[in-house]
Amino acid sequence: MSNYKEMPIAKALNAGLSQAMSANDKVLMFGEDVAELGGVFRVTEGLLDEFGEKRIFNTPIAESGIVGTAIGLAMRGYRPVVEIQFDGFVFPAFNQITTQLARLTYRSEGFLEMPVVIRIPYGGGIGAVEHHSESPEAYFAHTPGLRIVTPSNPNDAYWMMQQAIECPDPVIMLEPKRRYWQKGPVNLDTPPLPLHSARLMREGTQVTLIAYGPMVTAALQAAEIGAEEGVSIEVIDIRSLSPIDYPTIIASVKKTSRAVIVHEAPTNVSISSEIAARISNEAFYNLEAPVIRVGGFDTPYPPAKLEEIYLPDADRILEAVDRSLAY
Amino acid sequence: MLQLLAPDGTYGVPKGYEKYGKLIEDLDEDTLKTFYRDMARIRRFDIEAIALQRQGQLGLWVPAIGQEGAQIGSGYAVGKNDHMFPSYREHGVALTHGVELMSILKMMRGVNHGGWNPEETRFHLYAIVLATQVLHAVGYAMGVKLDGKVGTGNPEEDLAVISYMGDGATAEGDVSESLLFAAVNESPIVFFIQNNQWAISAHIDSQTKAPLYTRGEGFGVPGMRIDGNDVLACYAATKLHMDQARAGQGPFLLEALTYRIGAHTTSDDPSKYREDAEVEQWKAKDPIVRFETFLRRQGVGDDFFDEVTAAGDQLAKEIREQTFALQNPPMENIFNHVYSDQHPEIDKQRAWLEAYEAQMGDHE
Repeated sequence: MSNYKEMPIAKALNAGLSQAMSANDKVLMFGEDVAELGGVFRVTEGLLDEFGEKRIFNTPIAESGIVGTAIGLAMRGYRPVVEIQFDGFVFPAFNQITTQLARLTYRSEGFLEMPVVIRIPYGGGIGAVEHHSESPEAYFAHTPGLRIVTPSNPNDAYWMMQQAIECPDPVIMLEPKRRYWQKGPVNLDTPPLPLHSARLMREGTQVTLIAYGPMVTAALQAAEIGAEEGVSIEVIDIRSLSPIDYPTIIASVKKTSRAVIVHEAPTNVSISSEIAARISNEAFYNLEAPVIRVGGFDTPYPPAKLEEIYLPDADRILEAVDRSLAY
Repeated sequence: MLQLLAPDGTYGVPKGYEKYGKLIEDLDEDTLKTFYRDMARIRRFDIEAIALQRQGQLGLWVPAIGQEGAQIGSGYAVGKNDHMFPSYREHGVALTHGVELMSILKMMRGVNHGGWNPEETRFHLYAIVLATQVLHAVGYAMGVKLDGKVGTGNPEEDLAVISYMGDGATAEGDVSESLLFAAVNESPIVFFIQNNQWAISAHIDSQTKAPLYTRGEGFGVPGMRIDGNDVLACYAATKLHMDQARAGQGPFLLEALTYRIGAHTTSDDPSKYREDAEVEQWKAKDPIVRFETFLRRQGVGDDFFDEVTAAGDQLAKEIREQTFALQNPPMENIFNHVYSDQHPEIDKQRAWLEAYEAQMGDHE
């Protein structure tokens, strides 16, 4: 029998970090306000008392410096985990992430490994001011050399954090900030899946809903409502945005013949663009309808009083499901 | 400015700089001859590399002619455990720490993007995006401090880091962030700026209002200016401040005032933006000529200089032959080491390209 514990995503991330830091004393955690305060979302709360100021420390407010020094520490044999305080603040580090972190293993022909984890709370729905609600995943998914993952529930948060830290490659861990306090059971004994595998969340027969991060909850709500209305919806949480587990997606779409992809980010040149292209390549003869995408609009993230309209929700998803079924 | 060797080859220790002069007095004749031999060697290499680029053998060359004093002097001051983070013009520093010169040519030819082992040589890979390496150097130095390898007093254990950058790179935000992180962490690092006066076509006067050696002050990093064309000043200042960093005294900044005699790269045309007279003025301060004068006054004779010239010609011949013999990299190098761990998309694309190439047959 496995040992389960109920906890919210933020606590599960914290527990995963604590596990990884206990398991390997080369694991460091640093960023803005992560030490005494425990981060603005308290994801690193208590780690300073547990591990001391050599293992977890605050940095100056300079994101390029945070990622650039993490690279140097990785060269010295450490496994740095860094926190970027909000999604909209990662861009000062964009150069270090894309031209350095992502390429040093390639540039050095394998002499260097870059086991760096960049944690970024991302996505909207918390009524925040500008630059606190962004979904920047496509920028990073376009960059060879990076791995990008996003948990949607506490169990995945706990295990994916540890798996990301064990990975010899750089991993960007996108944390769905508006779901931080969503609770669920965590299996403390056994990891559920490899880091880059998608998960079939709910079986269905008529249409496949593909979602990740904060939108998995919305997709599951849509499936629940759909079931009440007599529509059988399958839900896949892809969990990893680079690489994407296409075999799981394609198998599902071959079964249902319909796909709707959901995310918060603008749909133009997005994760859903890529998945739609791959479905058309690999499941063309199985499709009964074009792949439909539900996402943010191709606008900057709007002011908070408009975000409820802007963000996809169960209704927007079901409207897309209806369009798919109408073909 | 610390200068121990005047452009006319006269040696003298300015008042207040006695601790630097002392480090030169500790050097034996063989070491001084090594400084000269390597300055001459790297210049000969540089001239040959320009020729190889002109003949289409290299995609690009980045000449360092005129900066040999700064590079050989500082390079020999770096200790046996210390780590170096270069920009992309530090061929002389590479030479002082056993990096195969052919590795640099391979990179400039387009055989690879780096290809030497930075852990083994302690000379890290060239960084083409300006100033990125400076933050890596600070992170590395932070790690050295975490490891407890600073200030133990055991020369077998302690180490420090030196980060090279040009005057142009100092404008990048990463340099400011590096100075700040190193200062608050009290990292064991020396920032070594080679101010060669020109950031491609932009003169230093348009790149900074305050002298570069003062750049660290507001961050809490003290600095000093040294004559970058004086190999002895570069050696002494780097040695002293690396020793201090290793002993736990925190970061320091050195601005080596030098001059880029050649073009920024072989794609550049300096005649569009600077006067020949300025170049001539700096040629009169040449680091190699001045050191030769000094050595001859010390009693070093023609035999030695003839031997160095012959060795340079031999080196040029060897690198020509080795460059002509370079093979193109295998096709799989497109995909190798993108990730350390297995990656399904990379594997799939590699397999596709292999099948495609096999089907298309021989291109020749």
